[in-house]
Amino acid sequence: MSTNESVGAASRAAPAGPARHAGPTILAHHFASLEQQRETATFGMWMFLATEVLIFGAVFTCYAVYRLRYAADFEAASARLNILIGSINTIVLLSSSLTMALSVHATRVGRRQMLLTCLLLTILLGGMFLGFKVVEYYKDYVENLVPGLAFDPSEWTKVEGTEGPVHPQRVQLMLVFYYIMTGLHAAHMIVGMGLLIWLVVEARKGLLTPVRYMPVEVIGLYWHFVDIVWIFLLPLLYLTGTHHVTDLHF
Amino acid sequence: MMFAEVPLFPEQASTTAQHVDALFFFLCAVCGTMAVLIAGLVLFFAFKYHRRAEDERTPRIEGNNKLEWFWTISPLFVFFIMFIWGASVYTSVALPPPDAPEIFVVGKQWMWKIQHPGGQREINELHIPVDQPVKLTLTSEDVIHDFSVPAFRTKIDVIPGRYVQTWFHPTKVGRYHLFCAQYCGTSHANMVGTVIVMEREEFRNWLGSQAATGSLADQGRQLFLKFQCVTCHSANAEARAPVLEGLYGRTVTLNNGRAVVADDAYLRESILYPEAKVVQGWEPIMPTFKGQANEEELIKLLAFIKSLKPGQTPVRNEEASPPLDAPKVPPGGNPKPRQAVPTSPSQGKSSQP
Amino acid sequence: MSSAITTGFIPQAKPRPPRAPGENYLNVAFGVRSWLFTTDHKRIAILYLVTVTILFFIGGAAATVIRLNLMTPTGDLVPADTYNKLFSAHGIIMVWFFLVPVVPTVLGNFLVPMMIGARDLAFPKINLLSWYVFTIGAIITLWALLAGGVDTGWTFYTPFSSKYARTNVLPTMIGIFISGFSSIMTGLNFVATMHTMRAPGLIWWRMPLFLWAHYAASVILILATPVLAMALILVGVERAWGIGIFDPELGGDPVLFQHLFWFYSHPVVYIMLLPAMGIVSEIVTCFSRKHIFGYVFIVWSSIGIAVLGFLVWAHHMFVAGQSVYSAMIFSALSYMVAVPSAVKVFNWTATLYKGSIAFETPMLFALGFIALFTMGGLTGLFLAALGVDMHVHDTYFIIAHFHFIMVGGAVMGYMAGLHYWWPKMTGRMYSDFLSKLAALIVFVGFILTFLPQFVLGYLGMPRRYHVYPPEFQVLNVMSSAGASILAVGYVLPLFYLFWSLYAGKPSGPNPWGATGLEWQTPSPPPTHNFDETPIVTTGPYEYSMEESAGVH
Repeated sequence: MSTNESVGAASRAAPAGPARHAGPTILAHHFASLEQQRETATFGMWMFLATEVLIFGAVFTCYAVYRLRYAADFEAASARLNILIGSINTIVLLSSSLTMALSVHATRVGRRQMLLTCLLLTILLGGMFLGFKVVEYYKDYVENLVPGLAFDPSEWTKVEGTEGPVHPQRVQLMLVFYYIMTGLHAAHMIVGMGLLIWLVVEARKGLLTPVRYMPVEVIGLYWHFVDIVWIFLLPLLYLTGTHHVTDLHF
Repeated sequence: MMFAEVPLFPEQASTTAQHVDALFFFLCAVCGTMAVLIAGLVLFFAFKYHRRAEDERTPRIEGNNKLEWFWTISPLFVFFIMFIWGASVYTSVALPPPDAPEIFVVGKQWMWKIQHPGGQREINELHIPVDQPVKLTLTSEDVIHDFSVPAFRTKIDVIPGRYVQTWFHPTKVGRYHLFCAQYCGTSHANMVGTVIVMEREEFRNWLGSQAATGSLADQGRQLFLKFQCVTCHSANAEARAPVLEGLYGRTVTLNNGRAVVADDAYLRESILYPEAKVVQGWEPIMPTFKGQANEEELIKLLAFIKSLKPGQTPVRNEEASPPLDAPKVPPGGNPKPRQAVPTSPSQGKSSQP
Repeated sequence: MSSAITTGFIPQAKPRPPRAPGENYLNVAFGVRSWLFTTDHKRIAILYLVTVTILFFIGGAAATVIRLNLMTPTGDLVPADTYNKLFSAHGIIMVWFFLVPVVPTVLGNFLVPMMIGARDLAFPKINLLSWYVFTIGAIITLWALLAGGVDTGWTFYTPFSSKYARTNVLPTMIGIFISGFSSIMTGLNFVATMHTMRAPGLIWWRMPLFLWAHYAASVILILATPVLAMALILVGVERAWGIGIFDPELGGDPVLFQHLFWFYSHPVVYIMLLPAMGIVSEIVTCFSRKHIFGYVFIVWSSIGIAVLGFLVWAHHMFVAGQSVYSAMIFSALSYMVAVPSAVKVFNWTATLYKGSIAFETPMLFALGFIALFTMGGLTGLFLAALGVDMHVHDTYFIIAHFHFIMVGGAVMGYMAGLHYWWPKMTGRMYSDFLSKLAALIVFVGFILTFLPQFVLGYLGMPRRYHVYPPEFQVLNVMSSAGASILAVGYVLPLFYLFWSLYAGKPSGPNPWGATGLEWQTPSPPPTHNFDETPIVTTGPYEYSMEESAGVH
């Protein structure tokens, strides 16, 4: 995006022209003002987030169709998902949104140390989320919850506490959606982590200032969005089935 | 390649064809008029107002709101007529007449397998009598196909895992194209056949001349015994499953309180996924026959169940052993024997589609 | 002339670097690197022009073999599998790698900043990235299509595509998936540019209709493409891991795929159509030398098409097993979406009234668009009628319908725009005679190719058939003969447009005498488009010089 322009933007504006501007400048050559540039960057990110709503919305819709059709099976499968890790991850991710918001604030008031701290905390929390996710996937594998890889149909023919007998193939359907949806979310998290690492590099160079704060703000928007997707994923996937306190395990 | 033999319009061989063509001609008239009008205006303006001098001036006409609203709203009236007419033709095809004889069609890559109620089987050909409505129940064994008979103007996608229904009332004796009209792989274009409409007498003769291995219902009865359905569905004191006599078309209450109509889809589902809809008062102990009964056998079983009248449930054949997954006597003894499937009042729903 | 508005503040952008006389975006730098690393929207448009044109002719080659094979009822030219791969390749290339990108990325990229009065699009680097992403997606898809092919049709219906097809489905879908990002980037760029970078005085209601059309199309690009991405992901997962999302054996619903697919694929036809309609609005008004009739109604029609276009997807599924009620709702909505298109045609016709009409090549193509699009659109009314669609679904009637709109409409519109703005893009005029000849050949060839297909379709000839009953042969031969003429009409511009680059007459800034900001700057334009930020004080179509009675 245009906000990536840093030193050298001016020289790129006129590839053969002799006139160069002295000193670094934030304003890209095609914008009339910094205000316009910032407005455009934010607008662009909101539109990108609209596309993300649609892609997650599409898979959520498919999930909803099957969830309504095969209520008992989806409930039974959901009850076996690891709600402990899911809850921990929720807290971790929400906290990372807090630290991200603080990063934006820190940039705008010029507190570079706070900015770096908050960015690093966000990265740490994001990394924790992904780490827990890996652990959770491993546990799912060990507990025979991976269709096509580790799955035992005989476990599923009758499950206590659900509305009716349960069909292993429909359970597999739910689990497939679980992996696709959380996988897509995790992929977005990984991209977000990359963006955050870039922000740290920029912050260390002193390039994120009260004048040049758009990168943090715009990436912050993205990060919050990824967080919100998780807020939807948790109840849709994990809370459909009943979890008992005695089932909690790591 | 004689030009006299080039068809430009399909034959009308069913009642539906007449309805569809009437709508089609109406659309041609309206759209043709519009096309001529617009083309005419464009050409007329193009010639009348062609540029005669380089410095020619034109009047400043930015628009005319009244005109705009006129030609925005008035098409809606015409479209409304088109919509209503189209919907009525479509609806009439979607609702088969209830007592039309039923023919089963199974589509698979790359052929049509057709079974008449009397058990006669055909591949890629469908013989039917003229002037008699006939209902088709179709399913696919693999991918989505489409049963298309242009002369009847009917077409329906044939979907795996589901039954769909259509019907037609042939009005003209002859041989007509049957096409698969949903791309289904390599030999999609070869998945074609012929619908042969015959005079009634000829058709009866044809039916009789076919080497039928018994009607569909008879074959279904044999399968009912072979799969040992009769072990539980025995309609006597030891019955561990509901009685099936007279079941087809009735409304049944499930163990979750919901009421459903026992139609083809319900019967098929109950054989393949027995735990999906369990009748109130019965245990969910029926094993699945998925993988044991293929689509054609399912059709025969259905035909048999549909034909079952009170007192006709077969007696268990002691020479055949129970099916592998059949439950032994359940703990606590047999459940109370029932005489009939509990039905609920129809709740305003008709029991026939 | 309307009075100038008081502008007050003119934003102080960076001053433009001084320009040598005769310097423009083409000669400002030479060499491959200056092209491959450019962020100039005009150069990126040219990059797209090259890529998209190559892909068009590859897709056209597939069509040629298809029509040749259909000359005989016994399919003597190619075996069934090859034929199936050919029509799949034709559809995939033409939809995703030609029709969707062509007008927005070639003409849109070039003109949107100029018509806005800006120096570039909002995100120039993303613009360049979109070309790379598109090209990479195209290369992957082409490789998959040529090295083994895919035989599912461009529609990838399940469970055939997810479980039974033994061809390069996964790589093809990956290529399409990747190129989808290019669509999203382009749409994003246009919407942002139009919102935040309009020149002073350029309020929304003074924007040229070309821009409104691209705005509406961009909204669809942004919102519809992700749904296709998910549909491809789900089929891909099912293929790669054998897990049944659409497999009825495992509880899946194959028709669910169709809903997901068409939720994107119906709006996508409006992505293909709206920009072409925008072109026609510009050309009709210029070559009638008259203000467009009903500007506001055309704007609302464009928006209406974009919105309603999202609500009609299941009209592709009338015989696929949906309930009667659902079918009726989609039929009704499909009729409603026809209204805004009709309104546009009426408005263009009314623009001609009392105009001063010149029959330059762009106008010939634009008039061809109006004729053929109207016919195609009218046949859409047939398809919205449930009772008729039941009979003609998946037959050549459908093929004829969408080719009338896509080729007779969108491609004609693109040709019109290409011929209209070629002088602006290259600074050269092309052969008047050859271009008019091409327009005529395309028009005649098109009608000969596709009109017989309506008849074939009503007769019942299904689509995607490499063999057919012999009584259909005469009509098929007619169609193939027309296709050979159409091919000539498309190849001809390659020659005279290329030739114009070397020997064409210099065009000057405004050879057509058009209004619009893009014509106020030299041809070809300088890299930064305008030497001074333009200030807009009037609407975009101030052709007519006289006040007239009968207004509103």
